Amino acid sequence: MNSEKIFRYLLIGSGVLIVLIALGIVTTLFIGAIPSFKEFGFGFIYSTEWNPTQGRESYGALPFIIGTLVTSILALLLTFPFAFSISLFLGEYFRNGKLPSFLRSVIDLLAGIPSVVYGLWGFYALRPIITDLGLNAQGFGIFTSSIILAIMIIPYASSLGSEVISMVPGNLKEAAYSLGATRFEVVKTVIIPNAGSGIFAGYILALGRAIGETMAVTMLIGNSNKIPTGIFDLGNTMASLIANQFGEADGLKYTSLVEIGLLLFVITGIVNYLGKLIMKKLSA
Amino acid sequence: MNTSAQLSNAKLKGRLLKDKLFTYTLIFLAFLSSVPLFLILFELIKKGYKQINISFFYKVAPDTMEAMVAVKNNEIIPGGIANGIVGTLIIVGMASLIAIPLGIICGMYLAENSKGKFAGIVRFIVDMLQGVPSIVLGVIGYIWIVKPITGGFSSLAGSVALSIMMLPSIVRSTEETLKMIPETLKEAALSLGVPYHKTMLRVVLPSGISGIISGVILGISRIAGETAPLMLTALGSAAISTDITEPSSAIPLLIWEFYNDPNLVDMIWSASLFLLFLILCLNLTAKAIAKRWKVQY
Repeated sequence: MNSEKIFRYLLIGSGVLIVLIALGIVTTLFIGAIPSFKEFGFGFIYSTEWNPTQGRESYGALPFIIGTLVTSILALLLTFPFAFSISLFLGEYFRNGKLPSFLRSVIDLLAGIPSVVYGLWGFYALRPIITDLGLNAQGFGIFTSSIILAIMIIPYASSLGSEVISMVPGNLKEAAYSLGATRFEVVKTVIIPNAGSGIFAGYILALGRAIGETMAVTMLIGNSNKIPTGIFDLGNTMASLIANQFGEADGLKYTSLVEIGLLLFVITGIVNYLGKLIMKKLSA
Repeated sequence: MNTSAQLSNAKLKGRLLKDKLFTYTLIFLAFLSSVPLFLILFELIKKGYKQINISFFYKVAPDTMEAMVAVKNNEIIPGGIANGIVGTLIIVGMASLIAIPLGIICGMYLAENSKGKFAGIVRFIVDMLQGVPSIVLGVIGYIWIVKPITGGFSSLAGSVALSIMMLPSIVRSTEETLKMIPETLKEAALSLGVPYHKTMLRVVLPSGISGIISGVILGISRIAGETAPLMLTALGSAAISTDITEPSSAIPLLIWEFYNDPNLVDMIWSASLFLLFLILCLNLTAKAIAKRWKVQY
Protein backbone atom coordinates (compact mmCIF):
# COMPACT_ATOMS: atom_id res chain seq x y z
CA MET A 1 0.00 0.00 0.00
CA ASN A 2 1.43 3.36 -0.89
CA SER A 3 1.59 6.34 1.39
CA GLU A 4 -1.05 8.13 -0.65
CA LYS A 5 -3.61 5.51 0.26
CA ILE A 6 -2.49 5.32 3.87
CA PHE A 7 -2.98 9.05 4.16
CA ARG A 8 -6.52 8.90 2.79
CA TYR A 9 -7.39 6.06 5.14
CA LEU A 10 -5.90 8.03 7.99
CA LEU A 11 -8.15 11.00 7.22
CA ILE A 12 -11.31 8.91 7.07
CA GLY A 13 -10.10 6.82 10.02
CA SER A 14 -9.90 9.90 12.21
CA GLY A 15 -13.51 10.69 11.39
CA VAL A 16 -14.53 7.11 12.12
CA LEU A 17 -12.65 7.21 15.42
CA ILE A 18 -14.49 10.36 16.52
CA VAL A 19 -17.81 8.76 15.68
CA LEU A 20 -16.75 5.67 17.65
CA ILE A 21 -15.78 7.80 20.65
CA ALA A 22 -19.19 9.47 20.64
CA LEU A 23 -21.01 6.15 20.23
CA GLY A 24 -18.80 4.73 22.97
CA ILE A 25 -19.80 7.50 25.35
CA VAL A 26 -23.49 6.94 24.70
CA THR A 27 -23.37 3.14 24.99
CA THR A 28 -21.17 3.26 28.08
CA LEU A 29 -23.65 5.51 29.84
CA PHE A 30 -26.56 3.34 28.71
CA ILE A 31 -24.96 0.10 29.86
CA GLY A 32 -23.94 1.68 33.17
CA ALA A 33 -27.48 2.88 33.76
CA ILE A 34 -29.22 -0.43 32.98
CA PRO A 35 -29.26 -1.85 36.55
CA SER A 36 -30.73 1.38 37.89
CA PHE A 37 -33.29 1.45 35.10
CA LYS A 38 -34.26 -2.17 35.83
CA GLU A 39 -34.78 -1.30 39.49
CA PHE A 40 -36.68 1.98 39.16
CA GLY A 41 -37.88 2.12 35.54
CA PHE A 42 -39.11 5.48 34.33
CA GLY A 43 -40.03 6.28 37.92
CA PHE A 44 -36.39 7.28 38.32
CA ILE A 45 -37.10 10.49 36.43
CA TYR A 46 -40.05 11.63 38.53
CA SER A 47 -39.25 10.07 41.89
CA THR A 48 -38.25 12.65 44.49
CA GLU A 49 -36.41 10.42 46.91
CA TRP A 50 -32.63 10.10 47.14
CA ASN A 51 -32.04 7.72 49.99
CA PRO A 52 -28.73 5.87 50.23
CA THR A 53 -29.53 4.16 53.57
CA GLN A 54 -28.58 0.48 53.38
CA GLY A 55 -31.59 -1.79 52.84
CA ARG A 56 -33.96 1.07 52.06
CA GLU A 57 -32.08 2.40 49.06
CA SER A 58 -34.20 4.39 46.69
CA TYR A 59 -33.07 6.82 44.07
CA GLY A 60 -34.90 9.40 42.00
CA ALA A 61 -33.67 12.22 39.83
CA LEU A 62 -36.47 14.79 39.99
CA PRO A 63 -34.99 17.11 42.66
CA PHE A 64 -31.76 17.33 40.66
CA ILE A 65 -33.43 17.79 37.29
CA ILE A 66 -35.51 20.63 38.75
CA GLY A 67 -32.48 22.06 40.56
CA THR A 68 -30.44 22.01 37.36
CA LEU A 69 -33.11 23.63 35.22
CA VAL A 70 -34.04 26.29 37.78
CA THR A 71 -30.42 27.28 38.46
CA SER A 72 -29.43 27.51 34.83
CA ILE A 73 -32.57 29.24 33.57
CA LEU A 74 -32.30 31.78 36.39
CA ALA A 75 -28.65 32.29 35.46
CA LEU A 76 -29.65 32.89 31.87
CA LEU A 77 -32.26 35.48 32.91
CA LEU A 78 -29.71 37.24 35.09
CA THR A 79 -27.08 37.24 32.37
CA PHE A 80 -29.47 38.48 29.67
CA PRO A 81 -29.30 42.30 30.20
CA PHE A 82 -25.53 42.21 30.45
CA ALA A 83 -24.89 39.85 27.56
CA PHE A 84 -27.35 41.74 25.36
CA SER A 85 -25.69 45.07 26.17
CA ILE A 86 -22.28 43.65 25.39
CA SER A 87 -23.51 42.20 22.09
CA LEU A 88 -24.95 45.53 21.01
CA PHE A 89 -21.97 47.47 22.31
CA LEU A 90 -19.48 45.37 20.37
CA GLY A 91 -21.62 44.56 17.36
CA GLU A 92 -23.24 47.93 16.68
CA TYR A 93 -22.38 50.91 18.88
CA PHE A 94 -18.62 50.66 19.22
CA ARG A 95 -17.06 48.26 16.75
CA ASN A 96 -13.51 49.52 16.67
CA GLY A 97 -11.29 51.39 19.05
CA LYS A 98 -9.65 51.03 22.42
CA LEU A 99 -12.79 50.73 24.55
CA PRO A 100 -14.34 47.80 22.69
CA SER A 101 -11.03 45.96 22.47
CA PHE A 102 -10.68 46.42 26.23
CA LEU A 103 -14.15 44.98 26.75
CA ARG A 104 -13.35 42.13 24.38
CA SER A 105 -10.26 41.17 26.37
CA VAL A 106 -12.21 41.36 29.62
CA ILE A 107 -14.76 38.93 28.23
CA ASP A 108 -12.04 36.59 26.98
CA LEU A 109 -10.50 36.61 30.43
CA LEU A 110 -13.86 35.91 32.07
CA ALA A 111 -14.16 32.85 29.83
CA GLY A 112 -10.70 31.70 30.90
CA ILE A 113 -11.22 31.72 34.67
CA PRO A 114 -11.54 28.13 35.89
CA SER A 115 -14.83 27.07 37.39
CA VAL A 116 -13.25 26.23 40.75
CA VAL A 117 -11.90 29.80 41.07
CA TYR A 118 -15.38 31.19 40.38
CA GLY A 119 -16.63 28.90 43.11
CA LEU A 120 -14.03 30.18 45.57
CA TRP A 121 -14.88 33.77 44.80
CA GLY A 122 -18.56 33.01 45.20
CA PHE A 123 -17.90 31.32 48.53
CA TYR A 124 -15.66 33.98 50.05
CA ALA A 125 -16.87 37.19 48.41
CA LEU A 126 -20.43 36.75 47.18
CA ARG A 127 -21.86 34.50 49.90
CA PRO A 128 -21.31 37.02 52.74
CA ILE A 129 -23.19 39.65 50.72
CA ILE A 130 -26.13 37.29 50.25
CA THR A 131 -26.13 36.57 53.99
CA ASP A 132 -25.96 40.29 54.85
CA LEU A 133 -28.91 40.97 52.61
CA GLY A 134 -30.81 38.39 54.61
CA LEU A 135 -31.78 36.42 51.53
CA ASN A 136 -30.59 33.17 53.01
CA ALA A 137 -29.14 32.23 56.41
CA GLN A 138 -25.92 30.69 55.17
CA GLY A 139 -25.68 32.39 51.82
CA PHE A 140 -25.76 29.07 49.98
CA GLY A 141 -28.48 28.12 47.55
CA ILE A 142 -29.89 28.34 44.07
CA PHE A 143 -29.79 32.13 43.85
CA THR A 144 -26.11 32.33 44.82
CA SER A 145 -25.13 29.66 42.29
CA SER A 146 -27.20 31.33 39.59
CA ILE A 147 -25.39 34.65 40.06
CA ILE A 148 -22.02 32.95 39.67
CA LEU A 149 -23.27 30.95 36.68
CA ALA A 150 -24.62 34.16 35.15
CA ILE A 151 -21.15 35.73 35.33
CA MET A 152 -19.57 32.56 33.95
CA ILE A 153 -21.80 32.38 30.87
CA ILE A 154 -21.61 36.08 29.91
CA PRO A 155 -18.86 35.33 27.33
CA TYR A 156 -20.81 32.49 25.73
CA ALA A 157 -24.12 34.38 25.68
CA SER A 158 -22.64 37.56 24.22
CA SER A 159 -20.16 36.37 21.60
CA LEU A 160 -22.57 34.89 19.06
CA GLY A 161 -24.89 37.88 19.53
CA SER A 162 -22.26 40.47 18.76
CA GLU A 163 -21.25 38.49 15.69
CA VAL A 164 -24.75 38.36 14.19
CA ILE A 165 -25.49 41.97 15.13
CA SER A 166 -22.38 43.11 13.28
CA MET A 167 -23.55 41.17 10.23
CA VAL A 168 -26.87 43.03 9.91
CA PRO A 169 -26.71 44.63 6.45
CA GLY A 170 -25.70 48.29 6.54
CA ASN A 171 -28.20 49.42 3.90
CA LEU A 172 -31.13 48.27 6.05
CA LYS A 173 -29.89 50.40 8.92
CA GLU A 174 -29.20 53.33 6.61
CA ALA A 175 -32.72 53.09 5.19
CA ALA A 176 -34.13 53.40 8.70
CA TYR A 177 -31.85 56.31 9.56
CA SER A 178 -32.84 58.13 6.38
CA LEU A 179 -36.47 57.93 7.49
CA GLY A 180 -35.46 59.78 10.63
CA ALA A 181 -35.18 56.85 13.02
CA THR A 182 -33.07 57.27 16.15
CA ARG A 183 -30.42 54.68 16.90
CA PHE A 184 -32.63 53.07 19.52
CA GLU A 185 -35.38 52.75 16.94
CA VAL A 186 -32.93 51.22 14.50
CA VAL A 187 -31.99 48.67 17.14
CA LYS A 188 -35.62 47.95 17.87
CA THR A 189 -36.99 47.76 14.35
CA VAL A 190 -34.03 46.63 12.25
CA ILE A 191 -31.33 44.96 14.30
CA ILE A 192 -33.39 42.86 16.70
CA PRO A 193 -35.75 41.46 14.03
CA ASN A 194 -32.73 40.70 11.85
CA ALA A 195 -30.33 39.26 14.38
CA GLY A 196 -32.87 38.04 16.92
CA SER A 197 -32.68 34.35 16.15
CA GLY A 198 -28.87 34.41 16.20
CA ILE A 199 -28.85 36.18 19.55
CA PHE A 200 -31.37 33.65 20.81
CA ALA A 201 -29.22 30.74 19.58
CA GLY A 202 -26.32 32.18 21.58
CA TYR A 203 -28.45 32.14 24.75
CA ILE A 204 -29.50 28.56 24.13
CA LEU A 205 -25.85 27.49 23.79
CA ALA A 206 -25.01 29.43 26.96
CA LEU A 207 -27.85 27.60 28.72
CA GLY A 208 -26.22 24.32 27.69
CA ARG A 209 -23.01 25.53 29.35
CA ALA A 210 -24.81 26.47 32.55
CA ILE A 211 -26.58 23.10 32.76
CA GLY A 212 -23.32 21.16 32.63
CA GLU A 213 -21.33 23.41 34.94
CA THR A 214 -20.12 21.57 38.01
CA MET A 215 -17.56 22.98 40.41
CA ALA A 216 -18.80 26.51 41.08
CA VAL A 217 -22.31 25.18 41.62
CA THR A 218 -21.14 22.37 43.91
CA MET A 219 -19.43 24.90 46.14
CA LEU A 220 -22.42 27.23 46.40
CA ILE A 221 -25.73 25.45 45.99
CA GLY A 222 -25.81 23.80 49.41
CA ASN A 223 -26.20 20.22 48.14
CA SER A 224 -29.61 19.43 49.52
CA ASN A 225 -31.34 16.43 48.02
CA LYS A 226 -34.86 17.85 48.19
CA ILE A 227 -36.87 19.72 45.62
CA PRO A 228 -36.14 23.42 46.19
CA THR A 229 -39.14 25.44 47.39
CA GLY A 230 -37.94 28.79 46.07
CA ILE A 231 -34.98 30.47 44.46
CA PHE A 232 -33.37 31.28 47.82
CA ASP A 233 -33.66 27.68 48.98
CA LEU A 234 -30.84 25.15 48.94
CA GLY A 235 -30.80 22.70 46.08
CA ASN A 236 -28.59 20.46 44.02
CA THR A 237 -27.88 19.99 40.35
CA MET A 238 -27.26 16.78 38.43
CA ALA A 239 -23.64 17.67 37.74
CA SER A 240 -22.84 18.59 41.32
CA LEU A 241 -24.58 15.48 42.66
CA ILE A 242 -22.28 13.33 40.54
CA ALA A 243 -19.23 15.30 41.65
CA ASN A 244 -20.16 14.92 45.30
CA GLN A 245 -21.24 11.33 45.49
CA PHE A 246 -19.53 9.43 42.68
CA GLY A 247 -16.28 8.86 44.56
CA GLU A 248 -17.59 6.58 47.27
CA ALA A 249 -20.48 5.10 45.33
CA ASP A 250 -21.01 1.46 44.45
CA GLY A 251 -23.88 -0.89 43.66
CA LEU A 252 -27.26 0.70 43.12
CA LYS A 253 -26.05 4.19 43.98
CA TYR A 254 -23.27 3.96 41.42
CA THR A 255 -25.58 2.93 38.60
CA SER A 256 -28.11 5.58 39.63
CA LEU A 257 -25.38 8.22 39.38
CA VAL A 258 -24.46 6.92 35.92
CA GLU A 259 -28.12 7.21 34.95
CA ILE A 260 -28.09 10.81 36.21
CA GLY A 261 -25.02 11.32 34.00
CA LEU A 262 -26.93 9.85 31.06
CA LEU A 263 -29.88 12.19 31.71
CA LEU A 264 -27.51 15.16 31.96
CA PHE A 265 -25.88 14.10 28.69
CA VAL A 266 -29.27 13.85 27.00
CA ILE A 267 -30.52 17.20 28.33
CA THR A 268 -27.39 19.12 27.30
CA GLY A 269 -27.46 17.28 23.97
CA ILE A 270 -31.03 18.43 23.28
CA VAL A 271 -30.31 22.02 24.34
CA ASN A 272 -27.17 22.23 22.20
CA TYR A 273 -28.95 20.62 19.27
CA LEU A 274 -31.70 23.23 19.45
CA GLY A 275 -29.09 26.00 19.52
CA LYS A 276 -27.29 24.60 16.48
CA LEU A 277 -30.59 24.11 14.67
CA ILE A 278 -31.49 27.78 15.08
CA MET A 279 -28.00 28.77 13.91
CA LYS A 280 -28.29 26.56 10.85
CA LYS A 281 -31.68 28.01 9.90
CA LEU A 282 -30.04 31.40 10.22
CA SER A 283 -27.17 30.72 7.85
CA ALA A 284 -29.36 28.93 5.28
CA MET B 1 -46.26 78.07 16.98
CA ASN B 2 -49.41 76.00 16.68
CA THR B 3 -50.19 73.14 19.01
CA SER B 4 -49.54 70.30 16.63
CA ALA B 5 -45.99 71.53 16.03
CA GLN B 6 -45.45 71.76 19.79
CA LEU B 7 -46.79 68.27 20.16
CA SER B 8 -44.49 66.81 17.54
CA ASN B 9 -41.60 68.74 19.02
CA ALA B 10 -42.27 67.17 22.40
CA LYS B 11 -42.58 63.80 20.75
CA LEU B 12 -39.21 64.20 19.05
CA LYS B 13 -37.61 65.19 22.33
CA GLY B 14 -39.08 62.10 23.91
CA ARG B 15 -37.66 59.90 21.20
CA LEU B 16 -34.24 61.47 21.49
CA LEU B 17 -34.33 61.10 25.26
CA LYS B 18 -35.24 57.45 24.93
CA ASP B 19 -32.37 56.96 22.54
CA LYS B 20 -29.91 58.60 24.91
CA LEU B 21 -31.16 56.65 27.91
CA PHE B 22 -30.83 53.41 26.00
CA THR B 23 -27.28 54.18 24.92
CA TYR B 24 -26.15 55.08 28.43
CA THR B 25 -27.81 52.02 29.98
CA LEU B 26 -26.13 49.89 27.37
CA ILE B 27 -22.67 51.28 28.07
CA PHE B 28 -23.25 51.05 31.81
CA LEU B 29 -24.38 47.42 31.73
CA ALA B 30 -21.63 46.40 29.31
CA PHE B 31 -18.95 47.76 31.59
CA LEU B 32 -20.66 46.54 34.75
CA SER B 33 -20.03 43.02 33.38
CA SER B 34 -16.30 43.60 33.63
CA VAL B 35 -16.48 44.37 37.37
CA PRO B 36 -16.51 40.72 38.54
CA LEU B 37 -13.28 40.05 36.64
CA PHE B 38 -11.46 42.82 38.50
CA LEU B 39 -12.98 41.83 41.83
CA ILE B 40 -11.79 38.27 41.31
CA LEU B 41 -8.30 39.32 40.21
CA PHE B 42 -8.06 41.76 43.14
CA GLU B 43 -9.13 39.12 45.65
CA LEU B 44 -6.69 36.53 44.28
CA ILE B 45 -3.75 38.91 44.26
CA LYS B 46 -4.52 40.45 47.65
CA LYS B 47 -4.87 37.13 49.42
CA GLY B 48 -2.57 35.01 47.31
CA TYR B 49 0.66 36.88 46.84
CA LYS B 50 2.19 36.26 50.27
CA GLN B 51 2.30 32.49 49.95
CA ILE B 52 4.10 32.62 46.63
CA ASN B 53 7.84 32.11 47.05
CA ILE B 54 10.37 29.72 45.62
CA SER B 55 9.39 26.78 47.80
CA PHE B 56 5.83 27.20 46.54
CA PHE B 57 7.01 25.70 43.26
CA TYR B 58 9.19 22.82 44.41
CA LYS B 59 7.62 21.61 47.65
CA VAL B 60 4.59 19.37 47.82
CA ALA B 61 1.35 20.44 49.46
CA PRO B 62 1.58 20.68 53.27
CA ASP B 63 -0.51 18.44 55.50
CA THR B 64 -3.11 19.81 57.85
CA MET B 65 -0.96 19.63 61.00
CA GLU B 66 1.97 21.55 59.52
CA ALA B 67 -0.38 24.20 58.25
CA MET B 68 -2.21 24.48 61.55
CA VAL B 69 1.04 25.02 63.48
CA ALA B 70 2.20 27.63 60.99
CA VAL B 71 -1.06 29.53 61.08
CA LYS B 72 -1.02 29.47 64.90
CA ASN B 73 2.48 30.97 64.96
CA ASN B 74 1.41 33.55 62.41
CA GLU B 75 3.87 32.25 59.84
CA ILE B 76 3.18 31.53 56.24
CA ILE B 77 2.21 27.93 55.56
CA PRO B 78 5.24 25.85 54.52
CA GLY B 79 5.12 23.78 51.36
CA GLY B 80 3.90 24.41 47.88
CA ILE B 81 2.01 22.92 45.02
CA ALA B 82 4.76 20.93 43.29
CA ASN B 83 2.64 17.76 43.25
CA GLY B 84 -0.10 19.72 41.54
CA ILE B 85 2.18 21.30 38.98
CA VAL B 86 3.77 17.97 38.02
CA GLY B 87 0.36 16.30 37.93
CA THR B 88 -1.14 18.99 35.72
CA LEU B 89 1.84 18.83 33.37
CA ILE B 90 1.56 15.05 33.03
CA ILE B 91 -2.21 14.90 32.73
CA VAL B 92 -2.54 17.82 30.33
CA GLY B 93 0.53 16.65 28.38
CA MET B 94 -0.87 13.17 27.87
CA ALA B 95 -4.29 14.53 26.97
CA SER B 96 -2.60 16.71 24.34
CA LEU B 97 -0.66 13.74 22.98
CA ILE B 98 -3.94 11.95 22.41
CA ALA B 99 -6.06 14.86 21.21
CA ILE B 100 -3.71 16.95 19.05
CA PRO B 101 -2.85 14.41 16.32
CA LEU B 102 -6.38 13.05 16.15
CA GLY B 103 -7.87 16.54 16.21
CA ILE B 104 -5.64 17.92 13.47
CA ILE B 105 -6.12 14.94 11.17
CA CYS B 106 -9.87 15.04 11.67
CA GLY B 107 -9.90 18.79 11.06
CA MET B 108 -8.03 18.18 7.83
CA TYR B 109 -10.57 15.54 6.84
CA LEU B 110 -13.48 17.92 7.47
CA ALA B 111 -11.81 20.78 5.59
CA GLU B 112 -11.15 18.51 2.61
CA ASN B 113 -14.66 17.09 2.53
CA SER B 114 -16.82 20.12 3.14
CA LYS B 115 -19.83 18.59 1.36
CA GLY B 116 -19.54 14.85 2.03
CA LYS B 117 -22.31 13.05 3.89
CA PHE B 118 -20.07 11.22 6.35
CA ALA B 119 -18.10 14.40 6.97
CA GLY B 120 -21.40 16.08 7.82
CA ILE B 121 -22.07 13.40 10.42
CA VAL B 122 -18.57 13.79 11.86
CA ARG B 123 -19.01 17.57 12.01
CA PHE B 124 -22.31 17.16 13.82
CA ILE B 125 -20.75 14.76 16.32
CA VAL B 126 -17.82 17.07 16.98
CA ASP B 127 -20.34 19.84 17.73
CA MET B 128 -22.20 17.56 20.10
CA LEU B 129 -18.96 16.48 21.83
CA GLN B 130 -18.20 20.14 22.42
CA GLY B 131 -21.34 20.40 24.54
CA VAL B 132 -20.83 17.30 26.70
CA PRO B 133 -20.52 18.43 30.34
CA SER B 134 -17.06 17.84 31.76
CA ILE B 135 -18.41 15.83 34.69
CA VAL B 136 -19.95 13.32 32.26
CA LEU B 137 -16.53 12.90 30.66
CA GLY B 138 -15.22 12.25 34.17
CA VAL B 139 -17.72 9.39 34.50
CA ILE B 140 -16.57 8.10 31.10
CA GLY B 141 -12.91 8.24 32.17
CA TYR B 142 -13.83 6.31 35.28
CA ILE B 143 -15.73 3.59 33.43
CA TRP B 144 -13.25 3.27 30.53
CA ILE B 145 -9.93 3.49 32.34
CA VAL B 146 -10.19 3.47 36.14
CA LYS B 147 -12.26 0.32 36.41
CA PRO B 148 -10.92 -1.99 33.66
CA ILE B 149 -7.38 -0.78 32.90
CA THR B 150 -5.63 0.85 35.81
CA GLY B 151 -7.75 -0.84 38.45
CA GLY B 152 -7.87 2.34 40.51
CA PHE B 153 -7.81 6.09 40.13
CA SER B 154 -5.06 7.18 37.76
CA SER B 155 -3.72 10.16 35.88
CA LEU B 156 -4.18 8.20 32.64
CA ALA B 157 -7.93 8.18 33.21
CA GLY B 158 -7.84 11.93 33.79
CA SER B 159 -5.94 12.43 30.54
CA VAL B 160 -8.44 10.40 28.55
CA ALA B 161 -11.35 12.42 29.96
CA LEU B 162 -9.61 15.73 29.25
CA SER B 163 -8.48 14.66 25.77
CA ILE B 164 -12.11 14.11 24.71
CA MET B 165 -12.82 17.54 26.11
CA MET B 166 -10.15 19.36 24.12
CA LEU B 167 -10.71 17.41 20.89
CA PRO B 168 -13.62 19.47 19.48
CA SER B 169 -11.87 22.82 19.71
CA ILE B 170 -8.79 21.46 17.92
CA VAL B 171 -10.87 19.87 15.17
CA ARG B 172 -12.92 22.99 14.56
CA SER B 173 -9.99 25.44 14.63
CA THR B 174 -8.02 23.23 12.22
CA GLU B 175 -11.00 22.97 9.90
CA GLU B 176 -11.74 26.70 9.98
CA THR B 177 -8.11 27.62 9.37
CA LEU B 178 -7.57 25.18 6.50
CA LYS B 179 -10.79 26.30 4.82
CA MET B 180 -9.37 29.81 4.57
CA ILE B 181 -6.32 28.65 2.65
CA PRO B 182 -6.93 29.28 -1.06
CA GLU B 183 -7.55 26.30 -3.29
CA THR B 184 -4.97 27.67 -5.75
CA LEU B 185 -2.15 26.94 -3.33
CA LYS B 186 -3.13 23.29 -3.24
CA GLU B 187 -3.66 23.17 -6.99
CA ALA B 188 -0.24 24.69 -7.60
CA ALA B 189 1.43 21.96 -5.55
CA LEU B 190 -0.62 19.20 -7.14
CA SER B 191 0.09 20.50 -10.65
CA LEU B 192 3.81 20.22 -9.94
CA GLY B 193 3.26 16.53 -9.38
CA VAL B 194 3.45 16.62 -5.59
CA PRO B 195 1.46 13.70 -4.23
CA TYR B 196 -1.74 14.52 -2.35
CA HIS B 197 -0.50 13.62 1.12
CA LYS B 198 2.66 15.67 0.70
CA THR B 199 0.62 18.61 -0.57
CA MET B 200 -1.55 18.44 2.51
CA LEU B 201 1.25 17.88 5.03
CA ARG B 202 3.98 20.04 3.53
CA VAL B 203 2.06 22.85 1.83
CA VAL B 204 -1.47 23.27 3.16
CA LEU B 205 -0.90 22.38 6.82
CA PRO B 206 2.18 24.64 7.29
CA SER B 207 0.34 27.60 5.74
CA GLY B 208 -2.33 27.28 8.38
CA ILE B 209 -0.05 26.40 11.25
CA SER B 210 -0.64 29.60 13.24
CA GLY B 211 -4.38 29.11 13.40
CA ILE B 212 -3.95 25.45 14.30
CA ILE B 213 -1.42 26.16 17.05
CA SER B 214 -3.56 28.87 18.56
CA GLY B 215 -6.53 26.48 18.52
CA VAL B 216 -4.43 23.84 20.27
CA ILE B 217 -3.26 26.30 22.94
CA LEU B 218 -6.82 27.44 23.54
CA GLY B 219 -7.82 23.79 23.91
CA ILE B 220 -5.05 23.30 26.48
CA SER B 221 -6.09 26.38 28.41
CA ARG B 222 -9.63 25.11 28.44
CA ILE B 223 -8.69 21.83 30.14
CA ALA B 224 -5.90 23.09 32.41
CA GLY B 225 -8.40 24.53 34.90
CA GLU B 226 -10.81 21.59 34.85
CA THR B 227 -11.53 20.10 38.25
CA ALA B 228 -14.69 18.05 38.03
CA PRO B 229 -13.56 15.27 35.66
CA LEU B 230 -10.29 14.87 37.57
CA MET B 231 -12.17 14.31 40.83
CA LEU B 232 -13.60 11.13 39.33
CA THR B 233 -10.40 9.99 37.61
CA ALA B 234 -7.05 11.28 38.88
CA LEU B 235 -8.44 11.75 42.41
CA GLY B 236 -5.38 13.53 43.88
CA SER B 237 -2.22 12.50 45.67
CA ALA B 238 -0.13 14.00 48.43
CA ALA B 239 3.17 13.09 46.79
CA ILE B 240 4.59 13.87 43.38
CA SER B 241 3.45 11.00 41.19
CA THR B 242 4.92 10.25 37.78
CA ASP B 243 3.40 6.81 37.32
CA ILE B 244 0.46 7.28 34.99
CA THR B 245 -1.38 4.26 36.39
CA GLU B 246 -1.40 5.78 39.89
CA PRO B 247 -3.54 8.56 41.33
CA SER B 248 -2.09 11.99 40.76
CA SER B 249 -2.74 15.51 41.90
CA ALA B 250 -3.30 18.53 39.68
CA ILE B 251 -3.43 22.24 40.47
CA PRO B 252 -7.24 22.49 40.30
CA LEU B 253 -7.55 19.37 42.45
CA LEU B 254 -5.24 20.93 45.04
CA ILE B 255 -7.41 24.05 45.11
CA TRP B 256 -10.38 21.81 45.83
CA GLU B 257 -8.47 20.04 48.63
CA PHE B 258 -7.33 23.31 50.18
CA TYR B 259 -10.91 24.55 50.00
CA ASN B 260 -12.12 21.57 51.98
CA ASP B 261 -9.46 21.89 54.69
CA PRO B 262 -9.94 24.90 56.99
CA ASN B 263 -6.26 24.91 57.98
CA LEU B 264 -5.09 25.30 54.40
CA VAL B 265 -7.33 28.20 53.42
CA ASP B 266 -4.39 30.54 52.86
CA MET B 267 -3.01 28.20 50.23
CA ILE B 268 -6.17 28.36 48.09
CA TRP B 269 -5.54 31.87 46.91
CA SER B 270 -1.93 31.33 45.92
CA ALA B 271 -2.75 28.15 44.02
CA SER B 272 -5.67 29.86 42.27
CA LEU B 273 -3.56 32.88 41.44
CA PHE B 274 -0.92 30.64 39.89
CA LEU B 275 -3.50 28.62 37.92
CA LEU B 276 -5.18 31.73 36.64
CA PHE B 277 -1.83 33.24 35.67
CA LEU B 278 -0.98 30.05 33.77
CA ILE B 279 -4.28 30.06 31.86
CA LEU B 280 -4.08 33.76 31.05
CA CYS B 281 -0.57 33.26 29.67
CA LEU B 282 -1.83 30.43 27.47
CA ASN B 283 -4.71 32.58 26.21
CA LEU B 284 -2.46 35.53 25.46
CA THR B 285 0.03 33.29 23.65
CA ALA B 286 -2.74 31.84 21.53
CA LYS B 287 -3.98 35.31 20.66
CA ALA B 288 -0.51 36.60 19.86
CA ILE B 289 0.23 33.64 17.59
CA ALA B 290 -3.07 33.99 15.78
CA LYS B 291 -2.51 37.71 15.27
CA ARG B 292 1.17 37.63 14.37
CA TRP B 293 1.14 34.86 11.82
CA LYS B 294 -2.30 35.40 10.46
CA VAL B 295 -2.95 33.62 7.17
CA GLN B 296 -3.04 36.31 4.54
CA TYR B 297 -3.59 35.89 0.83
